[in-house]
Amino acid sequence: MKWQRFVRVVLILAAFVAVSGCSNVEPWVKPYERDRLADPIMALDMNPVASAYIYHVYEAREGARGGEGTAGGGCGCN
Amino acid sequence: MGMLHLAENWVRDALKVLLHRRVHCGRWCPAVTSCRRLVSASGVIPAIWLHLLFAVLGMEIVAPTHASVLPEDRADILYHRYEGGGVTIDGPSILVRKSVGKNVSLAANYYVDMVSSASIDVITTASPYTEERTQYSLSGDYLRGNTTISAGFTSSEESDFDATTYSLAVSQDMFGQLTTLTLSYAYGDDTVMRSDDPGFMRDNTRQQYGVGLTQILTRNLITALNFEVITDEGFLNNPYRSVRYSDPDSLLGYSFEPELYPRTRTTTAVGLRAKYYLPYRAALEAQYRFFTDTWDIEAHTASLTYLHPWNDFTFTAKYRFHDQTGAHFFRDLFARSEATNFRGRDKELSPLTSHTFKLGVAYEFLSDGWKFIDRGTVNLSIDHLMIDYEEFRDISTGAAVGEEPYYSLDANVIQLFVSFWY
Repeated sequence: MKWQRFVRVVLILAAFVAVSGCSNVEPWVKPYERDRLADPIMALDMNPVASAYIYHVYEAREGARGGEGTAGGGCGCN
Repeated sequence: MGMLHLAENWVRDALKVLLHRRVHCGRWCPAVTSCRRLVSASGVIPAIWLHLLFAVLGMEIVAPTHASVLPEDRADILYHRYEGGGVTIDGPSILVRKSVGKNVSLAANYYVDMVSSASIDVITTASPYTEERTQYSLSGDYLRGNTTISAGFTSSEESDFDATTYSLAVSQDMFGQLTTLTLSYAYGDDTVMRSDDPGFMRDNTRQQYGVGLTQILTRNLITALNFEVITDEGFLNNPYRSVRYSDPDSLLGYSFEPELYPRTRTTTAVGLRAKYYLPYRAALEAQYRFFTDTWDIEAHTASLTYLHPWNDFTFTAKYRFHDQTGAHFFRDLFARSEATNFRGRDKELSPLTSHTFKLGVAYEFLSDGWKFIDRGTVNLSIDHLMIDYEEFRDISTGAAVGEEPYYSLDANVIQLFVSFWY
């Protein structure tokens, strides 16, 4: 089954992230280097109300769904 | 010594931010003086004071971590309109988000679809109709350190379809906010009815599992990987839609019977996004999604978006491509009545290719704030969709049975909205 193959890939990725958590990872992009990432044009979801609507249109007009959203946060704009 | 070293690094970072004249407080600040949250958000003043104090005393301090942030407080008032293939759907969507204290952010959305349909399905097998769908959503985010816990509730109502969804997500920022891992789960409960049969009522349940990873790769590049599995169980077909089968006894050469779908469906999607900051302050975003499901639909979706700010305007241009295979039980024309165990003639389950071109413009106003408002934008966008169905035929043409031209659809999607940050 194809989706089982994907589950395996995701589990491997999750394990990689979990193992990495044990080591001391130094952030290679420092907070003061994130000015460009904090620019609104770099937001992965600039306008949630508009993107939610257009994904709804695509779901209605096509046979596929999911996987197009964002994981949330992570813009480095703290 | 280690802690003092950390504290010094923190102060150095804070000073570099100050020298950069930009700070990350949830919005882009061209100059220090225009960012009201500078001191509290970056901790510059406390850092300097603490550094001086502890340098004098020779004591160690615990450096505060760069905490995660809640979504910005904003309100959006949107008018949407979809027009194409004999269908017009329009209505408002209002989204308001407000933080409560430092750790909680609440959001509410009111959305309406006003549908007027004379689609190809409707004109060939039924009568044009109008209906209205109203949707309410409430959600909350709770932030603690680098962890955000989100919960949501959505209710959608139509005269013949009700849907309720509960969702839960946990998001963790890691590695100095370079990485965000999100796990999400949603449970949906639908009730399918028929407007012409008060006794008809069927249920669906839907479970949605998601894993998302957002990763900052360089100071110019942010990426996101999303994996989503959705399972449905219950009455999954449209109670009104029919399939077509060859019928020598009919004048047309074919007749219709109700469609019949499998009672389960599991879909899997993997999406990858990358957004890059171009040297002259513009952004380029590439997106790809692979989709597969237990109905044998396999799809590839890719898009490229370019954003270009100019004075108070931001222009957007986007191209999106989608290509999919059809469901194993889809046929435009079945050989006979009840020819297969499952049967469907929904054009969205046919093999198809679609192209979307989008143009958008946003204008920023009240950039210096007004009363409690920090800034606002007016946005207008138009998406032009062109869909070519590769097995779904246009039987309204009256051509010979099974030789009708394949159907194609052009649609325009307009979005006009105003946003306020406060």
